[in-house]
Amino acid sequence: MDFDLSDEQKQLVETVQSFVKKQSPLSRLRALREDPTGWSRDAWRQMGELGWISISLPESVGGLGGSFIDAALILEQLGTTLVPEPMIPTLTAAAAIVRAGTEEQATRLLAPALAGEGSLALAAAEAQSRFDVADVATKAERAGSGYRITGEKVWVLNGHAADTIVVSARTAGGPRDREGISLFAVDRNAPGLEVQPVKTMDSHHAGLLRFKGVEVGEEQRLGAEGGALAALEYAADLGAAAACAEGLGVINTALQMTVEYLKTREQFGVKIGSFQALQHRAVDMFIEAELCRSMMILAALKVADADEEERKTAISAAKVQLAWGGRQVTQQAIQLHGGVGVTDEHDIALYFKRMHVLNALFGDEDTHLTRYARSPLFTANVGA
Amino acid sequence: MDLSFSPEHLAFREEVRAFIASAMPPSLMTKAAADSHFEHDEVMEWHKILHRKGWVAPHWPAEVGGSSLDVTSRFILSEELELAGAPALSPFGLVMVGPLIIQFGTPEQKKRFLPRILSGEEVWCQGYSEPNAGSDLASLKTRAEDDGKGNFVVTGQKTWTTYAQYADWIFCLVRTDASAKKQSGISFLLIDLKTPGVTVKPFLTSGGTPAFSETFFEGAVVPKENLVGPLNGGWTLAKALLGHERTLIAAVGASIRAIRKVKRIAARTQKDGRPLLEDPLFRAKIARLEIKLRGLQMANYRAIAGAQLGRAPGPESSILKIRGSEIQQQCYELAMEAMGLASMSWFNEPGVVHPEEQWVPSLFNYLRATTIYGGTNEIQKNIIAKLILGIPDR
Ligand SMILES: Cc1cc2nc3c(=O)[nH]c(=O)nc-3n(C[C@H](O)[C@H](O)[C@H](O)COP(=O)(O)OP(=O)(O)OC[C@H]3O[C@@H](n4cnc5c(N)ncnc54)[C@H](O)[C@@H]3O)c2cc1C
Repeated sequence: MDFDLSDEQKQLVETVQSFVKKQSPLSRLRALREDPTGWSRDAWRQMGELGWISISLPESVGGLGGSFIDAALILEQLGTTLVPEPMIPTLTAAAAIVRAGTEEQATRLLAPALAGEGSLALAAAEAQSRFDVADVATKAERAGSGYRITGEKVWVLNGHAADTIVVSARTAGGPRDREGISLFAVDRNAPGLEVQPVKTMDSHHAGLLRFKGVEVGEEQRLGAEGGALAALEYAADLGAAAACAEGLGVINTALQMTVEYLKTREQFGVKIGSFQALQHRAVDMFIEAELCRSMMILAALKVADADEEERKTAISAAKVQLAWGGRQVTQQAIQLHGGVGVTDEHDIALYFKRMHVLNALFGDEDTHLTRYARSPLFTANVGA
Repeated sequence: MDLSFSPEHLAFREEVRAFIASAMPPSLMTKAAADSHFEHDEVMEWHKILHRKGWVAPHWPAEVGGSSLDVTSRFILSEELELAGAPALSPFGLVMVGPLIIQFGTPEQKKRFLPRILSGEEVWCQGYSEPNAGSDLASLKTRAEDDGKGNFVVTGQKTWTTYAQYADWIFCLVRTDASAKKQSGISFLLIDLKTPGVTVKPFLTSGGTPAFSETFFEGAVVPKENLVGPLNGGWTLAKALLGHERTLIAAVGASIRAIRKVKRIAARTQKDGRPLLEDPLFRAKIARLEIKLRGLQMANYRAIAGAQLGRAPGPESSILKIRGSEIQQQCYELAMEAMGLASMSWFNEPGVVHPEEQWVPSLFNYLRATTIYGGTNEIQKNIIAKLILGIPDR
């Protein structure tokens, strides 16, 4: 076993650290709060040029061929100042494209996004689907040589700004059938596609997407008709792993800010950090943060695992730990800040908000707890 | 032992329900149904309605315009108001400064201030906390100096002054003797917010609501007749307040209401093609929280029954704030969980989420304050350890 970073990885982390410190302090998120896009095209282009968007994608589709660990290291640092650019939506949509589509499709669709010139979104969730990507009511019916897509997708991250949207739609079967789900790459300007921008708690934006008979050609379908669920589940798991990585940055920053506050805030003539009740609370937060780091590594290592059940249980375990640790750390961070913790002006509240969003995305605690407990691996090797 | 309410109290509960149903204007009713944030004017509109009914300050003695309701009826009244989602009246006049003026004020102060608190003509806010005096309130620095002409000159800064931007008056703890030991140099002073030298700067809570203000005093001249209680005796007054109406602080009614809301959200949210409310895992989570709440409710009943008999608050009353505040937070955590991805919504236009879910994300954020205001839960625990469990400091 070896959990050390390579020299290249260390250098990568330093580059991202310097970027967030110099170019993307938290004030940038605040400044973009009222902006209709909510992120900056310049910053995104820079991230593309630095190779951060493409780092963990295969070379065969224009990526840099690194492992997901590299992407996770970047995401973790971006989480420290809540960098608002659409990394997670772009990476998840890219994962679906790479897994389901041909190399030709992937190379063509990903090129603008990997360069930071365009961005992507994965439109999977529907009003009734909760976190089950197989619960697809949106339909793609055969029309001429292509398809016509009808249905509604909700809370699509970056759905308000993405140039290409990967949408899941049913080409056969009933609700929640595992077969009959297809993926399509849709241009944001496609006639019949209505995008309603919505604001999210973490100062980001998302889109409610209405497909009103959107016509797509055969060549826009990614993979075999009706056989896209495996790719979709993989993409959602990659999103969950990405949430664990960014969440780790959020958690550790909230912890650091709190520890710093305990060392500086004075009440009763002493630093409040001298109260043992608060010292223990800080240590409990630290324990959760370290467990989140451990589980983030597990998720990042297993996300590409060829054994699907291995991947799913590892991702679910990590996402559950993120929910536990993220909640505890950010709640207590506010508590230990006292009144300033519940002001809009203080940054700690922004970390609390982003943490909630990361916990909700790509499956909440119960969803992953259930999937973990239902896995065949859960009852394997138990003995008679 | 008997868990049931007397027939008179049951009848009173019905009377309260019927009154709310008939007296609440439709505009407030709609907002109440969605647990929306009430604007100041709406709170005052409701204040005046309750005032006309004589229920605005039921815990005040009848002779100063309160009511003759007994402890249990008062509890029922407040519980039904919470259950109905009625606007929470500003507590600063009715629950805080009013009772102190009744207990410690001069006849002139009573005559000058109490009727206008009752009628809602004058709105109050609380100026205790300062940037560097939160949990350690006694370290406050705002000073009031005798100008030798019958006035105090007040200089300093208060913070977290809830709704100061809507208030006419502020009651303050100020330092009147800089040389005395911390607690003993503090006085209780009433200040007209229109006094020159007083400025109020509102700012937002993390729930996006304008509840907070900073209040600055730059040589504000305040007549000495606005001193309540003895000079340098303010700390005793502040402590007396802590004993008032502790059974209301548990917010049992609000949490019962919140859990009902969680169930409604879960009933209309789909999971695996069925209502989330039928999901055993989620159902168990609600049940766990509801059981915690029942424990709190029983503790609250014990406290009320004791108070009804005129007993001093027992140990059970000391846990009400801690548990009650935690449960309030957990209700909204569960509501957020039920909402799923829609819980990310932040002040979107109507229709994006169900009307009664519109304010859930804001409250989820703001309610982190329940374990902080009114003495943080850590401070509450320090007090319980020392005074109730009898564990001495080192
Ligand atoms: C929503 C809201 C409304 C408010 N409204 C008003 C108002 O209208 N008027 C007003 O005067 N004030 C108001 N307050 C202020 C409130 O009373 C203070 O926030 C509270 O007393 C805590 O003080 P602080 O914020 O300075 O935190 P601090 O005292 O700095 O506490 C920071 C952390 O240290 C902990 N801590 C401090 N001392 C100890 C100890 N001895 N042992 C263990 N832990 C300790 C605290 O529990 C907390 O977790 C309001 C606060 C909030 C959040």
